[in-house]
Amino acid sequence: MSAAKSAERAGAPEKPGAFPLRRKFLAGLAGAAGGGCLMAVGAGLYARQNRALPALALRPPGALPEAQFLAACTRCGLCVRGCPYDTLKLAAPGDPVPTGTPYFTARGVPCEMCDDIPCVPPCPTGALDPALTDITRARMGLAVLIDHETCLNFLGLRCDVCYRVCPVIDKAITLDRQHNARSDRHAMLLPTVHSDYCTGCGKCEAACVLEEAAIRILPFPLARGKLGGHYRKGWEEREKHGGSLIGEQVELPVRGLENRPYGDASRIPDEAPAPAGGDPPPGSSGLDSRWKP
Amino acid sequence: MSRPGRLPAAPGREAIARKGWLAAHRWLLLRRACQLGLLALFLIGPWFGVWFIKGNYSSSLTLDALPLTDPYLLLQMLAAGFVPAATAVTGAAIVAVFYLLVGGRVFCAWVCPLNMITDAAAWSRRRFAIKASHAPDARTRYWFLAGTFAAAAVTGTLAWEWLNPVSIAHRGFFFGMGAGWLLLAAVFLYDLLVAGRGWCGHLCPMGAFYSLLGKTALLRVAAPRRDACDDCLDCFAVCPEPQVIRPALKKAGQESPVVYSSLCTTCGRCIDVCGQRVFRLTHRFDQRSSS
Repeated sequence: MSAAKSAERAGAPEKPGAFPLRRKFLAGLAGAAGGGCLMAVGAGLYARQNRALPALALRPPGALPEAQFLAACTRCGLCVRGCPYDTLKLAAPGDPVPTGTPYFTARGVPCEMCDDIPCVPPCPTGALDPALTDITRARMGLAVLIDHETCLNFLGLRCDVCYRVCPVIDKAITLDRQHNARSDRHAMLLPTVHSDYCTGCGKCEAACVLEEAAIRILPFPLARGKLGGHYRKGWEEREKHGGSLIGEQVELPVRGLENRPYGDASRIPDEAPAPAGGDPPPGSSGLDSRWKP
Repeated sequence: MSRPGRLPAAPGREAIARKGWLAAHRWLLLRRACQLGLLALFLIGPWFGVWFIKGNYSSSLTLDALPLTDPYLLLQMLAAGFVPAATAVTGAAIVAVFYLLVGGRVFCAWVCPLNMITDAAAWSRRRFAIKASHAPDARTRYWFLAGTFAAAAVTGTLAWEWLNPVSIAHRGFFFGMGAGWLLLAAVFLYDLLVAGRGWCGHLCPMGAFYSLLGKTALLRVAAPRRDACDDCLDCFAVCPEPQVIRPALKKAGQESPVVYSSLCTTCGRCIDVCGQRVFRLTHRFDQRSSS
């Protein structure tokens, strides 16, 4: 509209008195354009800077990946209304979560993993993916036993609370039995999370008996490492391929294991331990390669 | 026309004297009832467990059947590169058709929760005779509107929703305000001290969007009894977009008594405050004059 008008003005025969009017018109237009664009740039920058999700805020089940979610979520709160447990909240200005978007904190109210997932179908845009119909396939985050120094099971006690409350018990969290080197006579049962099954519901974090939870749900980008795309696991490739990809390897004899099949280094239970050459000298690591020149 | 700055400080006095207080506040009261009633419909759910309508003004679901979505938000979503599901598209189409018919900025005057705040600022300006106004050009809002789409496209997010005081207001009422009060206070103070009608009349991209949507609206304010106008300027004093009145009232560039500008919010305050009963709410094709 304004461009057409100014073109029209430019085409008209110029009268001396027309200049201030045109100048005023152009100045007003420039002011409007500049001001409007400046505000938009400000809003855009603010949005860009604030779009990182804090580590302890989790999205509802079925949420699209964060970058896409921020384009798809209308901030209407219909998922919040769908949740029967007051788990979900809409971020208010001042919260460390993008304004208006739904989130929950596992240590506060975790997700109850309802079978019918009542928070997902109300979403009008598909920011919560309606294809999610099996709650065990939800991936809201990943439980990580983040502090091995305070976790009671790591201290050798039998807390097990995170394991017991896990809705996917024995799949998402298992207890991994290990020798307790400190007492040298007990076992440690270490809670171990398996990403194939963990939905990130947060029950373990909510239930952790410590003052600050030792197990926490982290968003996937924080919880997981990523192998370089060129990595190949030899044992997987061998299985897929039906044999080693690089052909048979040269088998060099290993001193002390000459009469065993190649690659078998396991200890034989009744085999006598290595001949004790007395106590290792103080300060040495205790390992003796028995290598003699 | 008298010079700007000579607008009456207490418009509507004559109307109250001639028509009575109630008739001189009829549209204002209806409008407040509509604004507050809508807020109440959303709030009886969380407050009393009666779920008539869920969600907020960005997207809602009425009686578990009628989806509504803000078409402006939907377009930003498309600009950000996301194609929403059918429910949102249907909801936005329903809202768009409604405002196409009744006038886009009917949203501003009858629905938007920020209207009560900016009206309060405008009232306070008149009451305390605050004259200073550094309002930006009224076209700024259209550039800003374009800017919000550009920001959505560049950031790939609904960038404007981080700051939009309109959605922060209604979302805050229904889901918790947090620090949103600060933003609402900022809008009030801006309108009160910096620029008269500055937010709604010059900056708000949502108002700009809805004004574009209302270009061909059927519901319009008109001045059929404009011959009775006694130039008291009360209507100019209360109008949130005073520039829209003159063409219809004073035949400036048009013969028709209909306010065609889609910037008119159809708030009806001019009808209220006119002691001469010049204005009425009518349809676009009503060309009666001096009835």
